[in-house]
Amino acid sequence: MSAVTVYVPGDAAAVSVGADEAASAIMREAAARGMEVRLVRNGSRGLLWLEPLVEVATSDGRVAYAPVTSDDVAGLFDAGWLDGGDHPLRLGDITQHPYFRDQQRVSFARVGVIDPVDVDDYAAHGGWRGLQRALALEPARIVQEVTDARLRGRGGAAFPTGIKWQTVHDTIAPQKYIVCNADEGDSGTFSDRMLMEGDPLCLVEGMAIAGLAVGATQGYIYLRSEYPHAWRALNTAIANAYAAGWLGDDIAGSGRRFDLEVRLGAGAYICGEETALLESLEGKRGMVRFKPPLPALKGLFGKPTVINNVITFSAVPAILADGAQAYHDRGTGRSRGTLPLQLAGNIARGGLVELPFGSTLRTLLYDYGGGSASGRPIRAVQVGGPLGAYLPESLFDTPLDYEAFAQVGGMIGHGGIVVFDDTVDMLQQARYAMEFCAVESCGKCTPCRIGSTRGVEVIDRFATHGAAQETLLRDLCDTMLHGSLCALGGMTPFPVLSALDHFPEDFDRIRQPSAA
Amino acid sequence: MGKRARHIESVTEVVPALDLDQVAPVEAAIARHRGRPGALLPILHAVQDALGHVPEGAVAPIAAALNMTRADVHGVVSFYHHFRSAPPGRHVLQLCRAEACQSMGARELESHARTRLGLSATAHHTGDGQFTLEPVYCLGNCALSPSLLLDGRLHGRMTPARLDALLAACRDDVERAA
Repeated sequence: MSAVTVYVPGDAAAVSVGADEAASAIMREAAARGMEVRLVRNGSRGLLWLEPLVEVATSDGRVAYAPVTSDDVAGLFDAGWLDGGDHPLRLGDITQHPYFRDQQRVSFARVGVIDPVDVDDYAAHGGWRGLQRALALEPARIVQEVTDARLRGRGGAAFPTGIKWQTVHDTIAPQKYIVCNADEGDSGTFSDRMLMEGDPLCLVEGMAIAGLAVGATQGYIYLRSEYPHAWRALNTAIANAYAAGWLGDDIAGSGRRFDLEVRLGAGAYICGEETALLESLEGKRGMVRFKPPLPALKGLFGKPTVINNVITFSAVPAILADGAQAYHDRGTGRSRGTLPLQLAGNIARGGLVELPFGSTLRTLLYDYGGGSASGRPIRAVQVGGPLGAYLPESLFDTPLDYEAFAQVGGMIGHGGIVVFDDTVDMLQQARYAMEFCAVESCGKCTPCRIGSTRGVEVIDRFATHGAAQETLLRDLCDTMLHGSLCALGGMTPFPVLSALDHFPEDFDRIRQPSAA
Repeated sequence: MGKRARHIESVTEVVPALDLDQVAPVEAAIARHRGRPGALLPILHAVQDALGHVPEGAVAPIAAALNMTRADVHGVVSFYHHFRSAPPGRHVLQLCRAEACQSMGARELESHARTRLGLSATAHHTGDGQFTLEPVYCLGNCALSPSLLLDGRLHGRMTPARLDALLAACRDDVERAA
């Protein structure tokens, strides 16, 4: 009997709830029973509440069992799971699961499916087609494809990627750089991490295409130090890509060059801001730069630099492989393509859902997420990380597109959705936003550096001085909003003001002495 | 010795030096990375990976190797939360304090951990040198909150009871070693 392939996610989230233990139990049990099992540590399918979600490659396709702890393993073998045997944990074909079935996976097409660092498995699932097509195109034509797809930066600012690439393409310089912003520091977001752990070669391919498009021969991935699993996956994937000739001085025999390496951040949220990231890559403190000059003209080491988020680069191989039109056909309004959304916090079914723009928060929170984890009513959600607004239930029908969110004072950002039930104290959340800004401010501009500390103090005084503080807080937010150099100080007022606007009852501390 | 010489002596600072056993790891880190563009962060990571922290004495040799001032290097070490200037306890517990974990009781978990470890609201190290408690802001495990790192291992869906079990396992380990 030939070996049966068993997929146990090596994704950090799966590992955090026992995937490593499950994997060793499976190998131990198989050996004890004299059965041959080939273990593949794949990425996560994104149904994170079901992790560890194990799949067995049977003759009838892949059969999922979840959640599998090491204690379940003997029973699963007894049930004949290597042939897809029945068991209370058996979920069948996971792609037919209601959570998965209606997703449209472009960036995440291969995540959870393939062996993440295997270049041949990657090729067998449609990998390298985009890069091969790019090698046959004029650089300007590659840029045009990305422009036509109307891809916008997925890091949060939603700047049109094609325009950025065009600028770097048009700038003459002896050296240009491609930099990937993998400093995914927003709470509630983990799509970068999942992609880098589950399909790192997709990022490698996207960055190599960017290099060909703008004439850059060196790429850097700036990865946050909190992601050790992604660090290992990326380094292995890059080494394998070099060995197979997809990176280096002769990409796929074309004579074109692209080198890539991973650099580790050091726990500074501000380094997710692109100019601070460039400073950090240069070996300095992560201080925000003045713009202009734009990084596209003077970026890393003063050279023209394309800097994009992980998910932006990961959309590029599919755009080149299947054409701009196919990508552009998805989405709504000026928000084209798909967005990997992340359901996090107090949610029953947390995970990753990749959908075209245009669905609503309500669909995600209730149809996908199944309501709160605690079973209590959802009171507030924060979309877009620590700088995103807190939205009340009345805004849950807002369509998820950049412009619609901006209209209600929110932002989609990196697509993270953090859910809070009705036990949340919104004054505490507003205070935390200011506190976080104080901890993470780079210190270059006054509104952010000092305003955030004063913000914590003003919010604390609601307990003693009551709502009279509101004028002061709004004034302070106004200064930060308009006077800060970058988005950290400039957007910290969003969670604060949205909490104040939508949940004023939580700030009325004098009349509720028990809450103070 | 005249008055002026004494004055100069009083303002001349002592450049912190490395302990003898720290010299080789620091030199190795410098040698491995100094030729790379933007070498400082890779060097500091290598030093901390080897020694558990970046000792003050490492600043001068790194600055000399990179043709930077000691102030510049110190500025970088102290800017980044990841780099420690003092050795941590035997076990390092990093609790996520960000929003997703808050929504699932991270604040309560932190006060539970502080009570168990006998740490005040602002303290980071237990007196016996066994535990260091550090805040982190997001570990990217936000669908399985609350999360923590214990000695670099990620644990999700943490509860006070499970944290107690993890800490007890650390204490057993300490007793075995003793």
